[in-house]
Amino acid sequence: MNLWLPKSAAGKRWLGLAPSYFIIGIFMLVPMVIMGVFSFLEPNPYGGVKPVGSLAAYVKLFFEYDLEDNLVFNPGYINIIFRSFQLSFGATLLCLVFGFPVAYYITLQPENRRNFYIYLITIPFWTNLLIRTFAWIIILGRGGVIETPLLAAGIIEDSLRMMYTDGAIAIGLTYSYLPLMVLPIYASLEKLDFRLLEAASDLYASRLEVMTKVVIPLCKPGIIAGCILVFIPCLGAFIAPNLLGGGKNLMLGSLVQFQFASARNWPFGAALSMLLLSAVVIMLIFYARAASKRASMEGSD
Amino acid sequence: MQNPSSHKRKKVLPVGHYRGLGAWTVFFFIFLYLPIVVLIFYSFNANRMVMNWGGFGFDWYLKAFNNDDIQNAVWNSLIVATVATAFATSIATVGALVLARGGNFRGKTISLGLITLPLMVPEIVTAVAVLIFFSAVGINWGLGNVIIAHITFCIPFAFMPIRARLEGMDTSLEQAARDLYASEWETFRFVTVPLLMPGIVAGAMLSFVISMDDFIITLMVGGAGSTTLPVYIYSMIRRGLTPEINAVSTVLLFVSIAIVTAYWVVSKKGTD
Repeated sequence: MNLWLPKSAAGKRWLGLAPSYFIIGIFMLVPMVIMGVFSFLEPNPYGGVKPVGSLAAYVKLFFEYDLEDNLVFNPGYINIIFRSFQLSFGATLLCLVFGFPVAYYITLQPENRRNFYIYLITIPFWTNLLIRTFAWIIILGRGGVIETPLLAAGIIEDSLRMMYTDGAIAIGLTYSYLPLMVLPIYASLEKLDFRLLEAASDLYASRLEVMTKVVIPLCKPGIIAGCILVFIPCLGAFIAPNLLGGGKNLMLGSLVQFQFASARNWPFGAALSMLLLSAVVIMLIFYARAASKRASMEGSD
Repeated sequence: MQNPSSHKRKKVLPVGHYRGLGAWTVFFFIFLYLPIVVLIFYSFNANRMVMNWGGFGFDWYLKAFNNDDIQNAVWNSLIVATVATAFATSIATVGALVLARGGNFRGKTISLGLITLPLMVPEIVTAVAVLIFFSAVGINWGLGNVIIAHITFCIPFAFMPIRARLEGMDTSLEQAARDLYASEWETFRFVTVPLLMPGIVAGAMLSFVISMDDFIITLMVGGAGSTTLPVYIYSMIRRGLTPEINAVSTVLLFVSIAIVTAYWVVSKKGTD
């Protein structure tokens, strides 16, 4: 049975990792390189690309041709990108404000109950995002769960028009990625030594100071991890802007999908994806730097 | 925390406790579960329009059950999820064995980064990259394309619980087996694999759920004949909101919840 296995440890290692390298390398890494190449080609009007080098996709981000074929500045796409960052930032902030006290509350509970809370938080995360977002249409929509009782009670007289707004998208995004904020914060709070809080209190720190000067600084790694974990998928979100923004209030993710499904401008779609990817890489590098700095600081203590 | 009712004398909260945390948490869980409850509730709506309540009924479940397109989509979803899970779990298991047991070697960090890469790249970027790749290379295998894409992003989800299990596992039993003249293969087959099984099962469950629920990558990569259930649900939403969507969604929801609950039980048992 052992005959076909390589004898050396290095050989076995290679054999065990080869399938992962093969699948993720060929079907993820290589495609991303090809995507980068495609972003520098000319679009084929029926989808796909022509093998002609061009910077048109990147120029299109900022400029358009007017009727006389002059390049003029076009803020349209920049606005969409800017809005995506704004909405993602807003949703991340909402997740933090909403999720932090919950993560903290869970750490105060006895251990068996903590696990149950974590289970309750992960359940929605593992269920289909599309259908959970669809449910928000029923909640926020005209004649939906929120409006109907308010209308019936005479508190409002007309529809609140909550759907197809940036607010609806922000709620959808917050809802989608809330567990990704709570879990890492909980993970770092769980390691918190509660004697430190008592020590701070004994040294006349107020309740507020205990929170802002002891708890929050100590779980900063969890907060940063949570913010990045929420921000990244928000930036590339497709479902929330598409269903709750009605396709009019575009975000980066839905703009990318539109280039492939309807506009048939593959290079532009690829260029937008490259933009998204570089934003993510910058954030991850920033995060890795912060983490390694922290590790070296802890190591020197 | 739970005794604001003790009027007159306000109880002094212990250090680190704050008023209103419990209420905030209750509100949080209402927010988290409201859409799920609403979705299930309206699946029993007898009316044609989701938002106009027309009495209680199971009509839409029957309708969804007898819908050929839904049946096809369910089959596609099951085929994709099963095949992708089988491949992803096997690939992740051997990878995790090397990374958790292979000691420190050059390229370990890079290998870890590569395996978890699908978690870090936004889904829409993965979708675009894979779509472009298939079109550039000329691979047009219908459901096969979807399966390949799913294997790729399921690997890290299968990998994580398996690696966690391996790192928590004591090697003494394996050493004992080796001392008692079990061959390397026998030790692996009869000691390591049974001990690792909860991790493998947990990894398989997660990747099955992730595959069943994936929408955006399947939407972009899948062609006409490879509609999975979430993609079909999306097309239903675009056509108009009927409680049939809620009925199908409720079923999908319960499948996910059942599998994740089973995962929870399995992985909890593993740590005992």
